[in-house]
Amino acid sequence: MQPTDLTDPDYFHKVVDCQWACPAHTPVPEYIRMIAAGQYADAFMINWKSNVFPGILGRTCDRPCEPACRRGRVEEEPVAICRLKRVAADYKGDVSDRMPAAPATRNGKKIALVGAGPAALTVARDLAPMGYHLVVYDGDSRAGGMIRSQIPKFRLPEEVIDEEVGYIAAMGPEMRLGQRVESLKGLLDEGYDAVFVGSGAPRGRDLDLPGRREAAANIHIGIDWLSSVSFGHIAKVGRRVIVLGGGNTAMDCCRSSRRLGGEDVKVIVRSGFEEMKASPWEKEDAIGEDIPILNYLVPTAFKHHDGKLYGMTFDSVKAEYDAKGRRRLVPTGEPEQFFECDDVLVAVGQENAFPWIERDIGLTFNESGMPVVDETTFQSTEPRVFFGGDAAFGPKNIIWAVAHGHQAAISIHQFCQGTDVNDRPPPMVTLVSQKMGIHEWSYDNGVSLDLRFKVPHRDKAAALKDIKAEVELGFDDKLAFAEAERCLNCDVQTVFTDKLCIECDACVDICPVDSITFTANGEEAELRTRLTAPAHNLTQALYVSGHLKTGRIMAKDEDVCLHCGLCAERCPTGAWDMTRFLIDVAQAENACCNK
Amino acid sequence: MTFLAKPKLHHPELHKNSLGFTRRDYEGAISTLCAGCGHDSISAAIVRACFELELPPHRIAKLSGIGCSSKTPTYFLGASHGFNSVHGRMPSVLTGANLANRDLIYLGVSGDGDSASIGLGQFAHAMRRGVNMVYIVENNGVYGLTKGQFSATSDKGAKSKRGVVNSDEAIDLVGLALQLGATFVARSFSGDKAQLVPLIEAALQHEGSAFIDCLSPCVAFNNHEGSTKSFDYVREHNAAVNFLDVIAGREEIVVDYPPGSVETVTQHDGSTLRLRKLHTDYDMHDRVSALTYMQERHAAGEIVTGLLYVDPNPRDLHGHLKTSDTPLNALRDESLVPGASALAKINAGLR
Repeated sequence: MQPTDLTDPDYFHKVVDCQWACPAHTPVPEYIRMIAAGQYADAFMINWKSNVFPGILGRTCDRPCEPACRRGRVEEEPVAICRLKRVAADYKGDVSDRMPAAPATRNGKKIALVGAGPAALTVARDLAPMGYHLVVYDGDSRAGGMIRSQIPKFRLPEEVIDEEVGYIAAMGPEMRLGQRVESLKGLLDEGYDAVFVGSGAPRGRDLDLPGRREAAANIHIGIDWLSSVSFGHIAKVGRRVIVLGGGNTAMDCCRSSRRLGGEDVKVIVRSGFEEMKASPWEKEDAIGEDIPILNYLVPTAFKHHDGKLYGMTFDSVKAEYDAKGRRRLVPTGEPEQFFECDDVLVAVGQENAFPWIERDIGLTFNESGMPVVDETTFQSTEPRVFFGGDAAFGPKNIIWAVAHGHQAAISIHQFCQGTDVNDRPPPMVTLVSQKMGIHEWSYDNGVSLDLRFKVPHRDKAAALKDIKAEVELGFDDKLAFAEAERCLNCDVQTVFTDKLCIECDACVDICPVDSITFTANGEEAELRTRLTAPAHNLTQALYVSGHLKTGRIMAKDEDVCLHCGLCAERCPTGAWDMTRFLIDVAQAENACCNK
Repeated sequence: MTFLAKPKLHHPELHKNSLGFTRRDYEGAISTLCAGCGHDSISAAIVRACFELELPPHRIAKLSGIGCSSKTPTYFLGASHGFNSVHGRMPSVLTGANLANRDLIYLGVSGDGDSASIGLGQFAHAMRRGVNMVYIVENNGVYGLTKGQFSATSDKGAKSKRGVVNSDEAIDLVGLALQLGATFVARSFSGDKAQLVPLIEAALQHEGSAFIDCLSPCVAFNNHEGSTKSFDYVREHNAAVNFLDVIAGREEIVVDYPPGSVETVTQHDGSTLRLRKLHTDYDMHDRVSALTYMQERHAAGEIVTGLLYVDPNPRDLHGHLKTSDTPLNALRDESLVPGASALAKINAGLR
């Protein structure tokens, strides 16, 4: 193998698994250290820079970082990264003076943003400080998009949305709320320099089964129903409720129903429990509120007496897998099952809808009705129009919308300044040694066995009484510290200088997870088999040095390195050093965060 | 020296031996020796050897004297018996322990000061009596704890860190061990675990006095230009006579060797050693030619390593003294106090 190229910013970035997995590349270990040090406001600002909505995401994120967390590979469960983010938001105090002010002068460019959801608000935040004249349109009367309309208040209190949306509104964009855009052509004709479309995936999928039309009064589309609940148009549901679907929307529907008079609420899903799209913790919370989840049942009909719904029928199925591992649901042949109900909530998926975009303005749509959007620049085939969030590539999570927003903001800025949108700005990388003295390191590297701490919940009876009462109470400062200490500081990198090594084996002997080997060089696949511990995780890199005095090389498997620094501590010549790696992923001129 | 405890977390694929122990279970407390000390590598090699031989930790006794090397038993086999004795007196204490309980596995760890200076007499007598033990000298040729004076194994002409040239002749512990009747004699290097670990395993299975002289560079005081015990010097002058590949009980590694280049030795306990001969004329069963060969190569400036001499059927101290098979500390009253009729019989025999 060739010696590892440490000048490639991606190499160490990948070692920080959580940051690499986060679509917005939030520097997770950096802010977790600050939480441990009680610097909540600093931790919040690091988050705010990367993911814009720390308090919101700290409650609702789909957490791609947690399955990636190295702690989960050396112990049972990853660090509770998401809930630590919430800690930063909960205890930060007043940060308004740290926010960029609305610019004193405009730069003369005018941008329209369609939708006031996470994607468009991210674009607004990134562009506002540079003096762009931003106009945000949304059909709803309050900003936030799906964050406000679809996420129940017992998971995300209104004040948190108001605060974090408020920071952006204070930066000076013109908010035209309650004003739905009916024509993209019309918008372009108004002379905007660019348009960002962040209109989400607003249409809930329906189920066209017998009885659907007749019993329509008691059959609701999940996301529309949640939105009506959120805006206070619906305050009651029947005693017996069936929720169809296995995603997070279904979980929000069933738990909302329990708070609006639903006593006998059940979720009925076509697939098995494991394959359900809902996050494991959401399923757990639903089950904890006495909501059974019934699997492998395909709905066949809505049953009604003269339009009055009284139940639903289902066929039992089982999963069969073909040679390619594809799943098919096959009827078991058992008799049809019937469940009584007063209301049905249909949460079987969401679709994009662009009835307001004319098909003759040079904006190409693909065969599945989605706009053709560049995956890097987020530019459509009409150069002035950019997409992001669910509107770009279909339904995903908030954190993806934020990541899209950052990239689209870079593109819009470059487009408006007349530079090539394909010419992406590089990240900023800093590597700083953490050695403070002979046995002193500037980070807490005492790694111990430590199981994940649970977030305290509100008493169930009290929680079910009030749809606005937040269920999760969040970590207090002591629990937050204990959980923060579980972080392995994967951003403090082991850096090896081959010229200094005397091959004494001290690092090999001390490494608690057998990551280090001195051996003859070879091809990667072969080298992986003859290391101190076999390196089976191919997603994790081998760090390979140049040739040493004996002709051998040093090979380190990054997979389960605890970043404890014992190799550096036991190295007599300083060939190993622990250096903090900070990567600042580029944003539009970093205008927001130069403070 | 490290203040940080080694985390208990380990590699998820770390395997267990038949006793249910991982290699980590054979470790001890974290070392307080200087970072990079060769002794720590030897400790790691002992840990690996005991894990691979699947030795029950509570059946091992580790004994040492005084010095950097003699501190190391704290850093391995945390679940074994230990005795940190007086300077240079480890062999006597170990001999006594061995006489009292012959069932334990005895591992004596010493250094060049502890064994070649203050304890030279003790070393000699343990060898000549054939105490069933593994005697490892962690040999760095320097008094590290007192800041780098020459030790008795420093080569004549070697330079100290401050530039002083050693004018005294070195004591060759391997030569002494061969002369005094040790039945397993080896030399190795802390920086070469591939050679060292199988040698320790073979020595642990040897039922007689097994001696390993292990060169172990002192990174603080004896790893400079002019030293003959530095990493660079030992690597450049290392002349291995053979390489111990396979020890029975471990999975066999199938390798094709040219004919005549492999020698198999079956030890008294049934374990089999398979040696790859790097020097085809070398006969490791001939004490005299081994001595001659060592002298020759030493004069040529080479450091001979490998398994230098082995007697596959040794007799140990208990054999010489015809002690009972039951350890002395386990003999019960019935056998120790045979009663009046046995006494009458003895008395009758004397009349």
